[in-house]
Amino acid sequence: MHKTKTVQEPLRNFAKVKEIIEKYGTERSALIPVLQAIQGEFRYLPQEMLSFVATAMGIPQAEVFGVATFYAQFSTQPKGKHIVQVCDGTACHVRGASDIIKKFKKDLQIPEGKTTTDDLYVTLETVSCLGACALAPAVVVDGKVYGNVNFEDVARIIVTMKESDDE
Amino acid sequence: MTHQYMEVNNKKVEITGNEKNILEVVRNMGIEIPTFCYHSELSVYGACRMCMVEDERGNLVASCSLKPQAGMKIKTHTKKIMDTRRMILELLLANHHQDCTTCEKSGNCKLQELAVNMGVKKVRFKPRKPWQDIDTSSASIVRDPNKCILCGDCVRMCSEVQGVGVLGFINRGPNINVVPAFDKPIADVDCVNCGQCVSICPTGALTIKDDTLKVWEALSDPKKKVVVQIAPAVRVAIGEEFNHTEGSNYLYKSVAALKMMGADYVFDTSFSADLTVVEEATEFLNRVVKGEKLPQFTSCCPGWVTYAEKNCPDLLSNLSSCKSPQQMFGAVFKKFFAKKMNIPTEDMYVVSVMPCTAKKFEAERPEMSTDSYQDVDAVITTVELARMIRKMGIKFEELEPASLDMPFGFSSGAGVIFGTSGGVAEAALRYAVEKLSGETLNEVNFREVRGLEGLKEATFNIHGKDIKLAVVSGLANTQQLIEKIRKKEVSYDFVEVMACPGGCIGGGGQPVPNTSETRVLRSKGLYDIDAKSTVKKAQNNPTIEKLYDEWLKTPNSDEAHYALHTHYGHKKRIGGMEIKDEAKENANEKIVISVCVGTNCYLKGSYDVLQELIGLAREHGIEDKVEFKGTFCLENCSNGPSIKVSDDLHKYGVQKEETQKFFNNVVLPRVK
Amino acid sequence: MSKIFEELTREAVNTPKIPCREFINAKLGLTELNEEKSKLAEELSTVYRRESGVFDCQIALCKGTGCHSSGEVALCQKIDEVLKEKGLRDKVNIVETGCRGFCEMGPLVEIFPQHIFYCKVKPENIEDIITKTVMNGQVIEELLFDGIPIAEQIPFYKKQVRRVLKESGHINPENINDSIVHEAYQGFLKATKMTPEDVIAVMKDSGLRGRGGGGFSTGLKWEFTRATPSAKKYIICNADEGDPGAFMDRSLLEGDPHKIIEGMMIAGYAIGADEGYIYVRAEYPLAIHRLEIAIAQCKEFGILGENVLGTGFNFNVKIKQGAGAFVCGEETALISSIEGKRGMPTVKPPFPSTSGLFGKPTSINNVETFANVPLILNKGVAWFRQVGTPKSAGTKVFAMTGKIRNTGLVEVPMGITLREIVFEIGGGLKDGAKFKAAQIGGPSGGCLTEEHLDMPLDYDSLQAAGAMVGSGGLVILDEKTCMVETARYFMSFTQNESCGKCIPCREGTGRMLEIMERIVIGKGKMEDISLLEELAHTIKDASLCGLGKTAPNPVLSTLKYFHEEDLAHINDQRCPAGECASLRIFEIVPELCKGCSKCARVCPNNAITGEIKKPYVIDQEKCIKCGACESACPFNAIKVG
Repeated sequence: MHKTKTVQEPLRNFAKVKEIIEKYGTERSALIPVLQAIQGEFRYLPQEMLSFVATAMGIPQAEVFGVATFYAQFSTQPKGKHIVQVCDGTACHVRGASDIIKKFKKDLQIPEGKTTTDDLYVTLETVSCLGACALAPAVVVDGKVYGNVNFEDVARIIVTMKESDDE
Repeated sequence: MTHQYMEVNNKKVEITGNEKNILEVVRNMGIEIPTFCYHSELSVYGACRMCMVEDERGNLVASCSLKPQAGMKIKTHTKKIMDTRRMILELLLANHHQDCTTCEKSGNCKLQELAVNMGVKKVRFKPRKPWQDIDTSSASIVRDPNKCILCGDCVRMCSEVQGVGVLGFINRGPNINVVPAFDKPIADVDCVNCGQCVSICPTGALTIKDDTLKVWEALSDPKKKVVVQIAPAVRVAIGEEFNHTEGSNYLYKSVAALKMMGADYVFDTSFSADLTVVEEATEFLNRVVKGEKLPQFTSCCPGWVTYAEKNCPDLLSNLSSCKSPQQMFGAVFKKFFAKKMNIPTEDMYVVSVMPCTAKKFEAERPEMSTDSYQDVDAVITTVELARMIRKMGIKFEELEPASLDMPFGFSSGAGVIFGTSGGVAEAALRYAVEKLSGETLNEVNFREVRGLEGLKEATFNIHGKDIKLAVVSGLANTQQLIEKIRKKEVSYDFVEVMACPGGCIGGGGQPVPNTSETRVLRSKGLYDIDAKSTVKKAQNNPTIEKLYDEWLKTPNSDEAHYALHTHYGHKKRIGGMEIKDEAKENANEKIVISVCVGTNCYLKGSYDVLQELIGLAREHGIEDKVEFKGTFCLENCSNGPSIKVSDDLHKYGVQKEETQKFFNNVVLPRVK
Repeated sequence: MSKIFEELTREAVNTPKIPCREFINAKLGLTELNEEKSKLAEELSTVYRRESGVFDCQIALCKGTGCHSSGEVALCQKIDEVLKEKGLRDKVNIVETGCRGFCEMGPLVEIFPQHIFYCKVKPENIEDIITKTVMNGQVIEELLFDGIPIAEQIPFYKKQVRRVLKESGHINPENINDSIVHEAYQGFLKATKMTPEDVIAVMKDSGLRGRGGGGFSTGLKWEFTRATPSAKKYIICNADEGDPGAFMDRSLLEGDPHKIIEGMMIAGYAIGADEGYIYVRAEYPLAIHRLEIAIAQCKEFGILGENVLGTGFNFNVKIKQGAGAFVCGEETALISSIEGKRGMPTVKPPFPSTSGLFGKPTSINNVETFANVPLILNKGVAWFRQVGTPKSAGTKVFAMTGKIRNTGLVEVPMGITLREIVFEIGGGLKDGAKFKAAQIGGPSGGCLTEEHLDMPLDYDSLQAAGAMVGSGGLVILDEKTCMVETARYFMSFTQNESCGKCIPCREGTGRMLEIMERIVIGKGKMEDISLLEELAHTIKDASLCGLGKTAPNPVLSTLKYFHEEDLAHINDQRCPAGECASLRIFEIVPELCKGCSKCARVCPNNAITGEIKKPYVIDQEKCIKCGACESACPFNAIKVG
C-alpha cells in the first residue's frame, strides 16, 4: 500500500508528477485522483508539487491546497516510513480502541501533539471505521489488518513492523 | 397571464416568477432578513443560516436558495427563527476577537450590527482557539483571522468575480480557515491588491491597510509641503460615508476638509489623467502606424498590471508603458512643480486619495521611483479619508466647499470619466479621433463604451480605418477575454482593463456597500460632471499644453518617457518556495547551480537540463564541488529554462541541446 | 451428472470453472437455445452451482475483509499444500467467496457437498479437515458453531432473510460467469423490455426506500430525475459508507459487485443516463479491486459499453475513490468531491435530480438500494413485498457489532423486532452481560433501550423513537458502557467530520462536544443540560445538510433515555457504568487484600502504599485511574466504582 522510500527524499521528481497529470488529465475532476497518486508516490503532498499541479491543471493554488487539506487521506506533512492506523469507529471504540491508541502512542514514542515520530519512522493515525467492525478493535499497519487487538498484541505488532525493515 | 401569489407573514404577496429567491421577495416587501454570505453578485453559498424562514410545516429553510412558488406560505420572524439567529450570532461571537472598540470595521461591521439588533446579550462560550497572528505583509490589505466568520464571501469574490483565487478554505470542521494559498502571507501569493475582498468582508477580518497615520504625521510636520491629489471616483462616493446621496459630487467639500487638516495644496488626479490620455493615446497611435504590439492594453489600473505581470508574461509588451495618473501626478509634482515652487524634493510629500487599495501597492513599487525617490509618498482610500474627516471632527455636512488649487486643479471631462469603466477608452478616443482625422471632434460622447457591463466592444471607423476596442472590467471577465485573444478568436486594437467591476468607482477602497446599484449611481455622477465641464478633451486642457511647452516638449518625448513612463516585469506567482538540493552537507566552497522548475521553464524542458547537468557533474567527477538546486521562478520566464550559477542569472537560459556546451563553458571553468 | 457435463463440453467451450459460454449468452439474451440444449445448459448451471460436478468436493473460504484479515490467506495456502501432498488437488475445488456476514466466527470454511460449516479455522486444523471431512465425510465437532454442522441451521442464519446478500458468500465475486449463472443481469434484461416509465412505476409500487439513511422513495427519486430534460444524466452509487460501525456496503461490493452494477444499469435505463459513478471509500481496497474486475468483465461481455447486450442502451461505470471525508456520504458533498472540489455540501434546492454532477440531472442511491433493484425487476413487486411492512417493504441489512455474541452482517425483514435480532440472531450479549441499549444509525442515530426491544424496526417507528435506520449500523451496548461517553464519542466524531461550512454545525457541534467533554470528567453543571438542548435544536433546525441536522441525535437520545446517567456525572461526579476514566474510583477491599504488594509495584504514580501481608491502600489524590492495579491484583481485591 505504501511505498517505502528513503526518508530524506531529495530533489523531488517533477517528471513523476508530470506523468501522473498526463495519465489523469487536466480536467478539474481529475484533481483528487492526481493528488491520490502523488500521495501514493511521495507519502505526502509536498507544497511545491501542489503548486506545480495547480499551474499545470489551471486551478488556483489556494483551491488545490484547500482540497489537499480537506480530505483525511491527504497529508501536507511528511509521513513516517510505516503507517499505523487504529480504527476508532463505534464498534472499535466500545471495545476499547482509545486505550490501544494510547498504548501505541507510548510504545512508538510519538511526541505529544504529533502523529509522526521526529525521525519520520512511523506515523500513528486514528481512522474512523475501516469497516472491519467484527474484528474490533482493528489496527492496520502498512496495509495489513490486525483484528481483536489487545495490549499484548500491540507489542507484537510493533515487533513485526520493525522486522519488516530488514527485508 | 394570471397573477401569482405567495404568503409572507400571513400577507398575500404577488410574485412575478423573476425573483431570484424568497429573500428577494421579502426584502422587496421592506422586511430585512439578515445575511452574511448572500450577495446577489456572487453564487449562493448557503452557509450562514441567518436568512432562514419558517415554512408551513414549521421547518426552517434558507431563503437565499429557495425559489418562490405560488401558494407558498412562509414566516420571517417567528420565535424559532429569532432564537436560531441569536444562537448563531452567539456562536460566532464566541470565536470572534471582540476588540470592537479598536476595530477598523467598528460601525460598519455586520456581525456587530446584527448582534445588537438581535439582542445578543451574553456569550456563554469561551474562545476555542488561541488567537492567530495578523497578516500585515501586504501593502494594501490586512488579514485578521481572528475576526473571520468563515462566510466565504471573500473566497467567492476573489475567484468568481476576480478570477484570481488567492483566498481559499483550508482544513475542515473545527479547523477550517480562510487563508491565502499554502497559508502564506498575502504578499507572497498571487494577490493583485484589488481589495474587493475587503469591500465584501462583513467583519474586520479583511481591512484596508491604514495609511492615515503616515498622512497625519506629514500634515503635522512643518517642514513638509503636503500635496494631495484626489482621484475622480472618490468625489462621487465619499458622500456615502456621511449618508449623502450616492453619486453626487463631493470633490469640493473634500478639498475643504483636506485644507482644514492642513494640506498645502489639493489638486485633482483628473489633471494627470488628462496627461495620461495624451501620452497613452500618442503611444497607441504610434503603434497603430507601425502596426505592432497591438492590442494596446491600458496600464492605469495597478490591479490589472500586477495580474498581467503574474499571469500574462506573453502580453507584457502590449501594455502601455504609461504610468498611471496617480504616478504621473507624483512625477509632475516632484520633478516639475517642486522646482517651480522652489520646494526641495525631499520636503514635498505627495498624498493620493484613491478609490483603490492597489494604488497603495503601486506607489511602493520600485519601478515608480526615479531620481531616488518615490513618486507618491502615501495613498489613502476614500474610506480612510472619511475616517480622517471624522477623526478631526469635521462636520462634513456643514462644510463649505473649497476650490482646488491652480493651475493643476484644472482638468477636462475626459480626465474625470477615468473613474468609470469605459472612461479611459472614451477619453483616449476623444484624443485619437481628432489626431487621426486631423479635424476637430464635436461629438465627444462615445456611448458604445459606457455602461457597467463586464465586457463592451466597439469598432470605430476613423478616417477610413477601423479601430476595434474592448472595454473590460473585473478580472474574471478579463481572464476570459485574454484567453480569447490568445486563441485568436477575437482581435482588438485597444483594450481598456479595470480590475474592479465597473472600474474605479467600484474600487476596493470605496465605501460599502459596494454593489452594482451604488456603482450605477457613482458612474452616472462622473458622466454628469463630464457633461457639465467646459473642456471635454484632454488635449484642450490649457495646463497640459503649458506642461509640454515648459517641460515635456512633445508627447512621448525622452523627457516624458523618463518621468511618465515605466516598464513591467514577470513577477513570481508565489513566493518563499525553494526545493531542497540533492547535494551533501558540506556545501561551503561549492558552486550552486539553480535550475528553475517553475511551470514555464519546466515545460521548456528545464527538468531534463537539470538531470543532464547532474549526470555531467558525475561524469566529470565534480559532484562534490557543485551543488544543484531546483528552484521556483527566477523571474526570467520568457528566456527559460532559467539557470543561475551561484548568484549570476544566466540571462538567455539554457536549452536542452545547449546543456553540454553550458557545462563546458560555464560550469567547468568555475570549478577549476 | 458427469455425462451431461461431458456432452456439453463437447458442444461448447467448457471447463468446470467456466460454464458453457453458450449458456451464458443465452442467459444474457444474446442467443437462443433449443429446448434440448437449454435443458442441458440448465443442468450444467446446476453442476456449476456446486450441487455436484467433476470435483468430488469443494472447499469454500470466506474472503470478506473480516475473514481475510483473520488469516484466510494462510488457510488457502495451507489447503492447497495439503491437497497437493495427498494428491487430491485436482479433485477438490477451492473457492474464495465474498463476505458471509458471520465475521465474529471467521475465518469461515464450508465443505461441499456435505455443506459442513466450520468456524474460526486455523491452519493447524487443515490437515484434519482434509483427512477427516473431505476424505471421509467426518464432522469435526470442535470447529462447528455450537455443534451445528450446517450453516443455515445456525441461529445466526436461520432467522435471516438473505436476499441482497444471497449470493454474497456463495459465488466467486471475481468471476462474472458465476454471477450470471446466479441470475445476474436478468433484472436488467427484463427492465429493457419495459418502458423507462414502467420501470419507475414498478420501483414506486415496490415501495423501496433509500437504504442509506433518509429512506426516501427510490422510485420517486428516479421519477424526478427522469422528469428533468437533459441530454446528459448521471447515476451515482454512493459507496462512501462512513458510518462508524456499518460495513454492509463494503460486504456487498466485495461479495457481489455485479448486483450493484446491474442496479445502476437499471437506474440508468429508467432515468435516461448513460454514465454511472461509484463513489467508494479508499479505505475499502478489496471492494475497489473487485469492482474493477467486475467492470472489466462486464465490458468484455458487452454488459457495459455501447449497445448493451443488443438492447440499444449505452452505459458505462467509473470508479471514484473517496479521500476520507464522512460528509461525502451527503449527496451534494459527494458530487463536489467527484468534481474535484472540497467535499462541502451545497444548498438544496437545486436538488441533484435537477442539477447534480457537472450540473446535470443525477440520481444518487446507495449500494444496498441498488442491490435491491435487480431483485425487484427480476422477481416482481409482489415477491419483494412479501417481507417487510407496508411502509417499509423488503429487507434491511444491519451490521451488528459491539458487546454482542455474534458480530456480523444480518439481513432481516423490515419490521423485525430488536429482540429477535439481538437475542436470536445475535445470540445475546457477550459473556452473558445485560442488554442496556442498541445504538442504531451511527452518529446520526440514537439509542434504543429495553423498552424498544419489541418495537418493530422500520423507518417510521425508529424515527418516532428518536433514532433512525441510517445505514444500518447496530451497536449493542451493555451495562459497562457509559451512555454519556457514547454520546460524547459521537459528538466528537461529527465535530471532526463536519465540513465546517455552515455555522450551526461547525460551531454548534463543537460547543456540544465541549460540554459533553466537561460532563464526562465530572465538571458539568446543571445548566449545561439546557444549553445542550438549546444548541441541539439550533443545529437540527438550521444546519445545511443531513450531517448537521442529525448530529445532535445521539446526545438528545441519551438525554431522553439515560438522563439519570447525565445527572450522576454532573451531580455526583460518578459514572454509573464505570467507563469514564476520570470518574473511576479504585479502592482496595481490605477483606480481600492479601498484602502481596503487586499493585503497589505496578502503580505508575506510587499511589499505593502498605505493609506486606497487610491490606494496602490507594491514595485517591495520587491515583491517575489507569487501572494497572486492577489488572495486576491476583485476588480481585480492587474495587472499581
